[in-house]
Amino acid sequence: MISQSATPTNPGFVPPGAKDFQFPPIWGDSIYLTKPVILIGLSVVIISSFLLAATRNKAVVPGRLQFAGEGVYTLVRNTLGRDVIGPEYLKFVPLLFSIFCFILVNNIFGIVPLIQFPTMSHIGFPVAVMIFSYVTYHYIGVEKHGLVKYLKDICFMPGIPKPVYLILTPVEILTYFVTRPLTLSLRLFANMFAGHLLLLVFAFGGEYLISSGLIMKVLGVFSFGMAVGLSFFELGIQCLQAYIFTLLSALYIAGALAEGH
Amino acid sequence: MNLFAGNLVSFAAEEGPSPVVPHPSEIFVGVIAFGILLFLISRKVVPRFELIFSERTAAIEGGIAKAERAQEDAAKALAQYQAQLANARSEAQTIREEARVQGIAIIEDMRARALEETSRITAAAQASIETERQQAIIQLRNEVGKLATELASKIVGEALDDQVRQTRIIDRFLSDFEKSN
Repeated sequence: MISQSATPTNPGFVPPGAKDFQFPPIWGDSIYLTKPVILIGLSVVIISSFLLAATRNKAVVPGRLQFAGEGVYTLVRNTLGRDVIGPEYLKFVPLLFSIFCFILVNNIFGIVPLIQFPTMSHIGFPVAVMIFSYVTYHYIGVEKHGLVKYLKDICFMPGIPKPVYLILTPVEILTYFVTRPLTLSLRLFANMFAGHLLLLVFAFGGEYLISSGLIMKVLGVFSFGMAVGLSFFELGIQCLQAYIFTLLSALYIAGALAEGH
Repeated sequence: MNLFAGNLVSFAAEEGPSPVVPHPSEIFVGVIAFGILLFLISRKVVPRFELIFSERTAAIEGGIAKAERAQEDAAKALAQYQAQLANARSEAQTIREEARVQGIAIIEDMRARALEETSRITAAAQASIETERQQAIIQLRNEVGKLATELASKIVGEALDDQVRQTRIIDRFLSDFEKSN
C-alpha cells in the first residue's frame, strides 16, 4: 500500500534502520566530534556537576538537591553494593555508582527532547563500561585468591564429581571470559538500540502518514501518540537496564570474591 | 522486536557498518569519559556521601545517648522526690502523733486541775456553811434562852435576874429539849 502511493516527489515510506544511528561529524571530519561522543561528554559534565553540587554542603540534614543525590547513591550503595557483595562492598561502591549514573543518564538521553538519542545504542560505549567491570572482577578475584587458585576455581569448580568437569570446565571458561562481558554489553546495547528504533518507527511513520491522505492523517496522529506512550515505556527500560548492568557487575564482583566462586 | 531485528540485519548488511561492531574510537572515548567520571566519583562524591552518612549516624546515636541520659536523670529526680515525699510523710506522722499525745496530756492535766479546783471550792463552801451553822446555832441558843427566860419569868412571876441561875435553867431546858428531840 505504501509503495503504491510513491511518486517522484514522494519517494514512499523509508523505514528507519541502522543508518539512523550513524551521525556525520559535526565539524570537520573528526570521528571525535559526532553526536554520540558529544553526548558522552555532556553526560559526564551533567553527572559530575549534579553530584558535586548535591554533596557540596555535606549537610547532616539534607537539602532538596542533596536528598535527590542521596536517594540514588543509597540505592546503589545498599541494594546493589551491600546486599549483593557483602562486607567488602564499600570498596566497589564508586565503580557501581559510576556505572549506574553513567548508563542511566546516557540512556535517558534517548527520550530527552532535542537530544533524543540513547548513547548506549552505540555498542562502543557499553563495551567501554563493560571493560571496567570485566577488569575489576578478574582483578579482585586474582588479588583475593591468587592467580593460580582463581583460575583453578574457575576451571574446576570445587565439590563437583570429576566426569562433570568435561562439560563444566569449557562452560565455566566461556562464561567467565566470553559470555559475561559479551552479554553485559550486548544486553544494554540491544535494548537501547531496539527501543530507539521502535520510537523512530512510530515517529517516522506518524510523520509520513500525516503528510498523506485524510484517513492516514488520523492514523498518523495515533502513531505519534504511540511514540509518546512508548517514550514513557522506554524510560522504564532505560532505568531498568542501568540497574541490571550495575546489578550484574556487583554479582560478578561478589562471585569473584566468594570462595570457590 | 524480533521483526525489527530481522530488518536490522538486512539493513546493516546493505548500509555499511553493522551496529553490533563497536567503533574503536567510541570505546576509547567511552573509556576516557567513564574513567574521568569514576575518578571524580571515587575521589570526591563517594567520600562526601560516606562522610555525610557517618556524621548522620553519629548525630542520631548522639541524640539517642542524650535522650537516654535525660531519661536516667528524670528517673533519678523522680526517685529523689519520692524519697523526700516519704520522708515528709513520716515526719508529718510523727508530728501528728506527738500532737495527739500532747493534747491528751493537756486534757488530763486540765481535768485534774478542774477536779482539784472543784473539790477546793466545795470544801470552802462546806467550811463556810459549817461556820454559819455554828454561828446560827449559837445565836439561836442565845435568842431561845432569852425568850424562854422572859417567858418563864413572866409565867413564874419572878425575875430571874441572877445570871448564874438563869444560865443553869437555860442549859437544863435545852438539854431536856434536845433529849425530847
